[in-house]
Amino acid sequence: MTTELNTLVSEAEAAITQATELTALDQVRVAVLGKKGALTAILKTLGSMEPEARKETGAAVNRAKQALLQKIEEKKAALEGAALNEQLSKETIDVTLPGRSSHQGSIHPVTRTLERIEELFRRVGFDIAEGPEVEDDYHNFEALNIPAHHPARAMHDTFYFPDGRVLRTHTSPVQVRVMEAKEPPLRVIAPGRVYRCDSDLTHTPMFHQVEGLIVDESVSFADLKGLIHDFLRSFFEQDDLQLRFRPSYFPFTEPSAEVDIECVMCGGEGCRVCSHTGWLEVLGCGMVHPEVFRHAEVDTEKYTGLAFGLGVERLAMLRYGINDLRLFFENDLRFLKSFA
Amino acid sequence: MKFSESWLRKWVNPEVTTEKLLEQLTMAGLEVDSIEPAAPPFEKVVVAEVISVEPHPDADRLRVTQVDAGEESALTIVTNVADIAVGEKVAVAKVGCVLPDGMKIKKAKLRGVPSFGMFCSMGTLGLLEESEALERLPVDAPVGSSIREYMGLDDQIIEVDLTPNRGDCLSLSGVAREVGVINNTAVKTVEFKPVAVTSERIFSVKVEAPAGCPRYLGRVIEGINSSAATPLWMQERLRRAGLRSLGPLVDVTNYVMLELGQPMHAFDLAQLSGSITVRSAKEGEQLTLLDGKALELTEETLLIADEKGPLALAGIMGGESSGIAEDTTDLFLECAFFAPLTIAGKARSYGLHTDASHRYERGVDPQLQQQAMERATQLLIDIVGGEAGPVQEVCDDTTLPLQETITLRAERLQRMLGLSLEVDWVTQTLQGLGLKVEAITEGWRATAPSWRFDLAIEADLIEEIGRIYGYDQLPSTHPELSAEIRSNPEAITPLSLIRQTLVDQGYHEVITYSFVDPKLQQVMDPEHEALALANPISSDLSVMRTSLWPGLLQSLEFNSKRQQSQVRLFETGLRFIPGTEGLQQQRVISGLIYGDIQPEQWGASSRTVDFFDMKGDVEQLLQQCSEVEFIAAEHPVLHPGKSAQIRTGEELLGWMGALHPAVAAKLSLPKNIILFELDLALQQQRTIPQFSALSKFPMIRRDLAILLSDQIPAQSVLNTVKQSVDEQLLRDVRLFDLYQGEHLKAGEKSLAFGIFLQHDARTLTDEEIEAVVQSVIEQLDMQHGAKLRV
Repeated sequence: MTTELNTLVSEAEAAITQATELTALDQVRVAVLGKKGALTAILKTLGSMEPEARKETGAAVNRAKQALLQKIEEKKAALEGAALNEQLSKETIDVTLPGRSSHQGSIHPVTRTLERIEELFRRVGFDIAEGPEVEDDYHNFEALNIPAHHPARAMHDTFYFPDGRVLRTHTSPVQVRVMEAKEPPLRVIAPGRVYRCDSDLTHTPMFHQVEGLIVDESVSFADLKGLIHDFLRSFFEQDDLQLRFRPSYFPFTEPSAEVDIECVMCGGEGCRVCSHTGWLEVLGCGMVHPEVFRHAEVDTEKYTGLAFGLGVERLAMLRYGINDLRLFFENDLRFLKSFA
Repeated sequence: MKFSESWLRKWVNPEVTTEKLLEQLTMAGLEVDSIEPAAPPFEKVVVAEVISVEPHPDADRLRVTQVDAGEESALTIVTNVADIAVGEKVAVAKVGCVLPDGMKIKKAKLRGVPSFGMFCSMGTLGLLEESEALERLPVDAPVGSSIREYMGLDDQIIEVDLTPNRGDCLSLSGVAREVGVINNTAVKTVEFKPVAVTSERIFSVKVEAPAGCPRYLGRVIEGINSSAATPLWMQERLRRAGLRSLGPLVDVTNYVMLELGQPMHAFDLAQLSGSITVRSAKEGEQLTLLDGKALELTEETLLIADEKGPLALAGIMGGESSGIAEDTTDLFLECAFFAPLTIAGKARSYGLHTDASHRYERGVDPQLQQQAMERATQLLIDIVGGEAGPVQEVCDDTTLPLQETITLRAERLQRMLGLSLEVDWVTQTLQGLGLKVEAITEGWRATAPSWRFDLAIEADLIEEIGRIYGYDQLPSTHPELSAEIRSNPEAITPLSLIRQTLVDQGYHEVITYSFVDPKLQQVMDPEHEALALANPISSDLSVMRTSLWPGLLQSLEFNSKRQQSQVRLFETGLRFIPGTEGLQQQRVISGLIYGDIQPEQWGASSRTVDFFDMKGDVEQLLQQCSEVEFIAAEHPVLHPGKSAQIRTGEELLGWMGALHPAVAAKLSLPKNIILFELDLALQQQRTIPQFSALSKFPMIRRDLAILLSDQIPAQSVLNTVKQSVDEQLLRDVRLFDLYQGEHLKAGEKSLAFGIFLQHDARTLTDEEIEAVVQSVIEQLDMQHGAKLRV
């Protein structure tokens, strides 16, 4: 009996080892352990045995059964693993192929610059104001203390319409409109398009400005300096950016200043961009002129104001290293895509 | 304003380097625009005297000269200057000299005669663009001395860019005053003796327009030698100030203008008749100017006239007929104060801009005329001789500008500048600027000097104090910020979000000019007459756009010429629509797509974009707007079968569609361009989301396929479905198939859609669902004649 069992087990083991497919393995299981299997057949003979022999043989058959089942499970796991590996290997792709893509758009660098400027000022409580681009003479000039025939008008190269209206030459008229519409304290910036009848390498007939205005009870020139300092250093993300305030003249501010920054291209050493001066003019500013307050009916004794105006293209060029103003309005996709 | 450093230092000579001086000027508001040397570098050019002149043995056009150049023996120089004469002094470049044009002076033989140098004109030395003839140096020029030293050529030419309020600095004396006050250094004054009046001759003056001409001084100088030459020192100062020497009479008036800031004019007395009258022009009067330009005058123009008619445009330019000439022997010299407002804009209205008008427009010191007249007379008599007659002055005190008395409050000064200044320092600074200052309880009472007509109000003085103290020295503080929180309306979509939505769909933002070509504008919007500029920069940028489409199309054209096969653009900005209620300046957002739907790639096949690609993008933009509808409607420049009006409730949001093929052909643009334009303000209005409880019960889907006429828009079918189902139950209707073609009759289409139903409180029964489906089928049949497809 034992010999028979041993033979059976060793044959079954050999068959399991040789099995290369799950079906073959299953056939071995059925042939040995199935209802009509060889081992099951031996078990069926147990009933006719002497109790002593039955116990012994039963235990031996069970051990053989457990051993074979374990062998089969191991083999099964091995075969399944191999099958999975084969399948995975077949499914392998070239992960270095480019991903499926659609177009990537972009924000125009002028808008990008405007949004950064707006964000910086919004953080310190500035509202955004807008005004018309076809503007009347009063708001563009008169209310800003630039009466007819004022020499400052000659600096503006104004586009006129036959009815005397103009394309605004600066965003400053929005100052006046804000003061007309609201009571101080005021804290606004007015970004937008402006127009001058001038076109060459360094001028386009349309460009962008951001006007800023604070009207409050105790705004001073020192505040103006601090504000402009903070803004320019934040805009260029350069804490040690050098700047200087130069006395200048705008009819709508007094005292007035132009602000130069240390040339960001050469670090103040002098280069083509800064005409070898080491300085770049970036904005004009000053304290609101009493005449402007008078036009807007703001009490000049109670309130003081600061105002500034900056050229957006200029800042964008410096920030992004753009060397030709005209690129902004050609809208060449190759240019625009570099801001994606 | 251009001048030489050496001339400035004759007026005021602080112990500062050139570099520091320039920085001081810039930081005082007189921005230095440029600095250049007064002469190019060269050496070995000296003053020499001609001691003999012989003809050249072998060349008619050459002369062989001996010159004394201060060396032990005379130099032989062969020259082509035909009229060179013994005793004349000239600039000579000696052997070894390198001239500005790079020419090296060497010992050379000219037609066999050795030459040891070259006569140099001012043009050759790079001082003038060119010289008409070899300039002879003054007879007292020291032989042998370096020409650089003799002419003071180691000097700098400084150009300052003056702001319009600083007319007082349009002269050497003005710039000197500034430098003086900055450095606390005394400024010298021009010292000269008024010329004795040696003639009785006068030419009478009448001022009929005292408002425009508060002060007019005239003087006759007779018997001048008009062939005299302007002295070299004066020519050089004029040259370094950017003015050409034009003979002593013009040179002296220009010189006084540069020195003191007073424009002057010299008339040829022989050409004047009767008397001088300062008056307004009569409409249509004629005047030919010195530069030959003939003008027809307008009434507001201030004129200098005599009995015969106009002589000069007051404060702008003299006339041709009364100007000085080579044979002038008697002069009438004019020195006036014209009111800035009378001159302002006049020159420009005649297309002129002169040194005189530039100064008068900005303001000339009204107290300067007497001094300037005396200075000019003295210089003239020194150079051209003659006898000066008495000065006649016509002055109207009532129209002469008055110096305002200005109160400067210490409290205001501190509040505006943000710092407290010492009383004495402020007083001294104001005095340094020429103001008369008186201390008062609140601060100071000050009167500006006559040349500072720009100082009239307190703010003017605050600026002066800040400027002299130094803007860079003023404190820098942070404006106080109130912590008030203001609301930020959530019902308005931020523009940045709208832009980002399009960028995420692959659109590139462009910025195009607000003015466009009228021809393009007319094609793209035949219904509106666009607002035209009176003075466009060019004809193709001359009308205000009524839509952003022309700009987008031009950008497309630009890019398709540069091999871009996928173009997606958008722009936000104003369109300008004229109408009976005035001009509407509307903020819009517009887009254009053209070309391939996707970038070329291995993993997806491409196709050309169509209406529905853009519609998807537009729907994305309008996601948060309420009651948005696309309605088939015709638009003048859109394909009649591929154009939609977009509405929100009652209001027109905008348009989208394919550019009409005929329009595309007319503009030489490719086919299949899809466009949209939306009113930005309307589009930015969004609904604030309101949550409703989520149902816990299953959602049921029923699909229906119907057959109906292809004339019926899908939208109305969907609307019917929505209207036929209880809105409490209907969760969604999804159109998932459209079929037209061979299996259907002509004029018929099949639509398939899913209806999604759900109850808030319970599971829907089969009967309920069946009832809904039946009601939908009935309504579709009733309203659109639609049949269930089987």
